[in-house]
Formats: sequence, structure tokens, C-alpha cells
Amino acid sequence: MSSEIGTIVVLAGGLSHERDVSLRSGRRVAQALRDRGHDVVESDVTAGLADLLATTPDPVVFPVLHGGDGEDGALRTVLDLLGVPYVGSSGPASQRAFDKSICTPLVTVRKPEQVALPNSVFRELGAPALVQSVVRQLGLPLMVKPSRSGSALGCTRVDRVEALPAALVAAFAYGELAVIERFVAGTEVAVTVIDIGEGPRALPAVEIRPRAGVYDYTARYTAGETRFIAPANITDENAEACAAMGLAVHAELGLRDLSRTDIIIDADGPVFIETNVAPGMTETSLVPLAVEAAELDFGELCAALVRQAHVRGGGTSQG
Amino acid sequence: MSLPQPVTRRDTVLDPWIDTYAERTHGLTVSAVRALFSVANRPEVVSLAGGMPNIADLPREAIGEAIAALIRDRGAQAMQYGSGQGEPFMREHITEVMAEEAIAAHPDDVVVSCGSQQALDLVTRTFCDPGDVILAEAPSYVGALGTFRAYQVQIVQVAMDERGIVPQALREAVAACRAVGKRVKFLYTIPNFQNPTGVTQSLERRRELIAVAHELDLLIVEDNPYGLLTIEGEPLPALRSMDDERVIYLGSFSKTFAPGFRVGWALAPHAVREKLTLAQESATLAPPVFSQFAISTYLHQFDWRAQIVAYRDMYRGRRDAMLRGLTENMPPGCTWTHPTGGFFVWLTMPEGLDSQSMLPRAVSARVAYVPGTAFYADGLGSRNMRLSFCFPSEERIVEGTRRLGEVIHDELDMLRTFGIDAGTVEAVHRDLTTGPAPDIT
Repeated sequence: MSSEIGTIVVLAGGLSHERDVSLRSGRRVAQALRDRGHDVVESDVTAGLADLLATTPDPVVFPVLHGGDGEDGALRTVLDLLGVPYVGSSGPASQRAFDKSICTPLVTVRKPEQVALPNSVFRELGAPALVQSVVRQLGLPLMVKPSRSGSALGCTRVDRVEALPAALVAAFAYGELAVIERFVAGTEVAVTVIDIGEGPRALPAVEIRPRAGVYDYTARYTAGETRFIAPANITDENAEACAAMGLAVHAELGLRDLSRTDIIIDADGPVFIETNVAPGMTETSLVPLAVEAAELDFGELCAALVRQAHVRGGGTSQG
Repeated sequence: MSLPQPVTRRDTVLDPWIDTYAERTHGLTVSAVRALFSVANRPEVVSLAGGMPNIADLPREAIGEAIAALIRDRGAQAMQYGSGQGEPFMREHITEVMAEEAIAAHPDDVVVSCGSQQALDLVTRTFCDPGDVILAEAPSYVGALGTFRAYQVQIVQVAMDERGIVPQALREAVAACRAVGKRVKFLYTIPNFQNPTGVTQSLERRRELIAVAHELDLLIVEDNPYGLLTIEGEPLPALRSMDDERVIYLGSFSKTFAPGFRVGWALAPHAVREKLTLAQESATLAPPVFSQFAISTYLHQFDWRAQIVAYRDMYRGRRDAMLRGLTENMPPGCTWTHPTGGFFVWLTMPEGLDSQSMLPRAVSARVAYVPGTAFYADGLGSRNMRLSFCFPSEERIVEGTRRLGEVIHDELDMLRTFGIDAGTVEAVHRDLTTGPAPDIT
């Protein structure tokens, strides 16, 4: 079976701030594929990658890179240039999804009001006046985030206008562009969308209840720090609406194979927060929980995604 | 659209033992700062963060042959269980090593450990109950703080200056603790090339410290991993050489030979040594026997003193490269220490800068350091960072300081943009202030 696919190259690591998470996700995906009898090579993104792919027989890449080059579409564009099939969205689609300043305006679902501002504009126009304008426009509280980052790194909730400059400095530590959004209070859920050849399908929403109240880096990656409920303990109406939102975002951004959309349900229903084309696959990540809630097998899903990529690359569906 | 209909709803924190863990494990969580160090391991990044010794110049082939012979000729002993106190020949060798620092010791008073880190663990578990106080320099070695926390000890950090811990501050800290009924168990200090500051206690300060310890009836735990790595000036006597009743001395082969063998030791007064041996037996049965054989083989067959001289020359070059790089690249308002040995320089940035929140920017610029807050139990140290000169080459160190200089420049620029005050201080090569009074509550 597995020989039909050739060798699966699980790419993890990279140079982004989320390298550590990526390595953990990569190990989990690689093991799940090996458990199903596949020939798997784990690789970091290094100068030797092109050679590795050139010398690997019939490779299919499974990118499990979070943040930076791994998720912004650059690496996927390179894989297209090299003619190597890979799991997940194309380079341009990944770029649209990864950058919050591009993604949020593009999607037509219900979303928070957002402004995206580069570091330079504060220097050129004067930060104090701009900060006041932002608060006047969006109100308080706010969420400040790096435009191109994940795992809640550099994200701060701002309740007072005086706290906004420090929150912006924290976001700019991760990149030149920050997004400022109206804070949405409500039930946090994540909707995983998979497409293994039968069209996109939303898996049950997973509800997130961080013990400390904030789903930050520590709450995400320390077992025991967050309570997960799968399927989410929400009304059928909200469950349907969240699934519809995940599918709509997947379609509108032109994503394929796998995506995870983060949503907050407030009094009026689901609000789009962000979407991920290379969602976490660690022991505490949301996608494996959603897969389990759908009574699917994580390894089988990974294998199905690889088969799909293989077929896209011109291979047969026998693998 | 139809949703899959699962049979059951799973409600989980993904850790079935979450309510079962000991209280002392609370706070053992994943952190974004730790995760960033994962990137520091990539070759593109100049890591001034880690404290790994550079062992590339060890005669590995010859050592390999000696260890092969060890297995062949004495493997039956070397791979067997051993003594809880450590092998007698190892303890003999350790006294020879300590004699290099004028410490007169009997092998019977040595307890071998799995690195000096484990010796510190044994000392802490032997002396401390939850709520007891351990005094340490402000700032102090992050690994020691972690050990103390694991035993639910209250850490009270005492101000230091460029000559080491400040005696009067020590008196005040002890008095404050005792005034509220706290039991002060010992002072933990690193007199030589302190981790993280690189500061060395002056001879006068060492004498004062011993005097204060007598005055206050205080036990001292002297951690001396870098003592033989003096790269400028004359070595100073160990505290243990000045007092053999009130000082527990911790030593290690990690910096003078290689850390992978994990062999360190405690030299303690007789009664304490008995307790440490029993604690060691309960923890590990015996410290690593094979490593003790291997290190003894090295000490016996190789010119280890010459190797230490070579290490000093190499680290001197790297220290000089770091000081040169900092002088050339740091913006006005930054200050740093001038270590005369060891591995570390302590950098202080202008008011308003925060080394922890700046770390992602540094990692993006492909340079890494350890934020100063890691070395304080109470959140101080945000303006500081520890820079290691032990592992990267001289060229990489200079390049790392160049990248770091740009990062600090950019961060200062950012703070100015947002009106966050970045005051300036005199650019002098010292930075340690007496700081706020310790919180004893």
C-alpha cells in the first residue's frame, strides 16, 4: 500500500518563533504515518532540503511548519516550483490565510472590526495621536496581535488606552505589522475542515476553556492548563453556524486539504477570529481532538491527506 | 450540510493526573520564552544564550582509546553498581583537583554527585522544608532557583555589587527573615565569575562574608563550577579554604573537562556528608560509576592541568571578543560587566527596555540571549540579559553582538515612537545596583 506513495517527507522546525511547536507537531504526524506503515523522513527546513527532495524517491511533503516561511506560502510555492506534491493549501492561498491583515478583510463571514498598521506609520505620523484615533474608532477592550504569527505569541488584550502602546510594542517584536481588533468576548471554539477527496467537511467544533482564562502559549501547550470539550457544548444552531463559518472561510480563501478556523461565539453567534493552514498537531492541539470527536483515526486522516497530495502530483490513488 | 454525529462528548484537560500532582510541580508549564530557545539551536542563530562549554579541542580520539581500554580491562567494575558516596579513587582525584584552589580536603568528606546540580539538590533536600528561606545573590543561577523552588523554599535574593554579595544587605535580609519567624537555611553563592553576572567576589568581600556567616550563624553553600577558569588576574581563595565548618562546597568536572559525564561533588563537614550520602543512596543508589571511572582515567592518563590552561586561553579570546563586540555595537546607555573568568557577561539596557519582550525581535535577527528575569525569583531583571561567550567562536560572538546592538537600537527607537521612557545612564562597565529590599512576606 504505502510503497505506492513513495516517501513522505514531514517538514517541521524552521526558523519561526513557533519552531518548538512545529517540531512537536511534526513528530506526531510522522509517528502516525509510520504507524500505518508509511516510509517517512523527518526534515527541518535547511539549505539541504532541495537536495533531499531531489534524492528521495517519489516524495510527498507533509509540511507541519507553523509561522513564518512555513505557513506564509513561501515554502509551498517553492515546492510547486520543484514539482513536489505536498499536503495542504497552495502558496498563494496560504499567504492569504496566514496574514491576518489580508485574511480578515477578505473573508465575508461575521468578523471583528480591525485595523492593521505597520510599525513605520506610528513613527511617521506620531504614535500618541494614532493610538487615540484607534481607540476612538474601535473602542475598548481591544486585541492586539502580530499580523503574521501564531500560537497567541505577541497577543495582548488591552483594556485601557494607556496600555495600547506596550501591547503594540509586544506585537511588533514579532513583525513589522500589527492588527488591532475589537475584543470579542464569548465561547472560544475551533472548527477543523478536512477534504480527503469528497469535498470539504467540517469536523465537530472543539470548545476551549483555559484554566487561567486566557488561551495563551502556556495554556495551549501545557497539558492540564486548558479544558477542551469536543464536540463543543454549544447549541445546535451555533454548532451549525460554526461549521458553516469554517467551510465558508476554507472556500473563500481557496484553501485545500486541511484548515482550522478559530471562532468566538458571542451573544449574536459566531465571530471569525483567524484561520490556520498548518494547524498544530501536538498532544494538546485542537485538530487531533476534532478528529477524535468525529470518530476518525488521526493516522488514517494524515495518510488520506498524503494520498490526496500524491494524486494531485500525478500519482495514483492506490496508495 | 450534515455534521458528523459523535456518540459521546469528550471533556478533557488532556492530563488525567492533573489533580494528582504534588503542589511543588505547580508552575512547571511550557513557556513562550523557553520555546524561543528552540530556534537558538539553529546554526543561523548566534546563540549567546546557552552555557555550554566548548569541548571541541579535547583530544577525543585519545580519550576514546582510553575509554575503550577501560571497558576492556576494567569493564566488570566500571559498569557495576558502586558506592553511594562515590568511588574512593574518584574522591581522591577530586581532592587533588580542589587542591588547585588551595582547598585542603579529605576524600572521606567528598560526596560524588550527578553533576554539581544534583549535589545542590541533595543539599537542598537535606536542609530545607517547605517555607524555609534560602538566600542567594540577586541575580543568581537559574538552575539553582529551579531546584529551590522544587523544594517549595522561599528564595530571598540579596543585593550584590561589582565585588559580590553586599554584606550589609545580607545582614539585613537575614534579620528581616528571622524577625518574621522564617528559618534561614543557607546562603547560596557563586563567588567566582558568578552565573549570570560574571562578577567575582573580592578577597576582602570573601573575608567579610565568612565573618558575617559566623556573626549570624549562617551556613554557606559555595558553588564553584568555574573556579579554575580564571582568565585575568590571580585566582582568589575559595570560601571553603577559609572555613571548613561553615561552608559546603560544590564542584564539577563539567567546565574543566566535559559536562556529558555528569560528575560533580559536594565537600561537606563530616556530619553533613553522612546525610548527603544517605540522600544520594535514596536518590540514585550511586552516582554514575562508569563516568567516575572515565573521569579518573582522564585525570590519571592525560595532562588535565594543561587542558585547563588551554581552556583558559580559548575562553580569554572569546571573552575579549565579546567585550570588544559590545564596545563597538552597543547603543549609549547600555552597560555590562567585565568578567575575569567563567562564561558570562551581564548586560544592562536603558530604563524602559525589556529583554524578555525583546527576545522575539532578537530571534528574528538571529541572535539569542537569556532574559535577566530568569535569574530573579521575583520578576526583577527585565533590563538585563545574560550573554555567554563560552560556546560560539570569536567571529560569531562579534557578529552576535552586532546583531544584538541593532535589535536594541530598534527597540529603543520603538519605545521612543510610543513615548515609553528610555532613560540613559552613564556608560560604565558595571551595572549592579543594590536594588529593592527583599520581600520576606
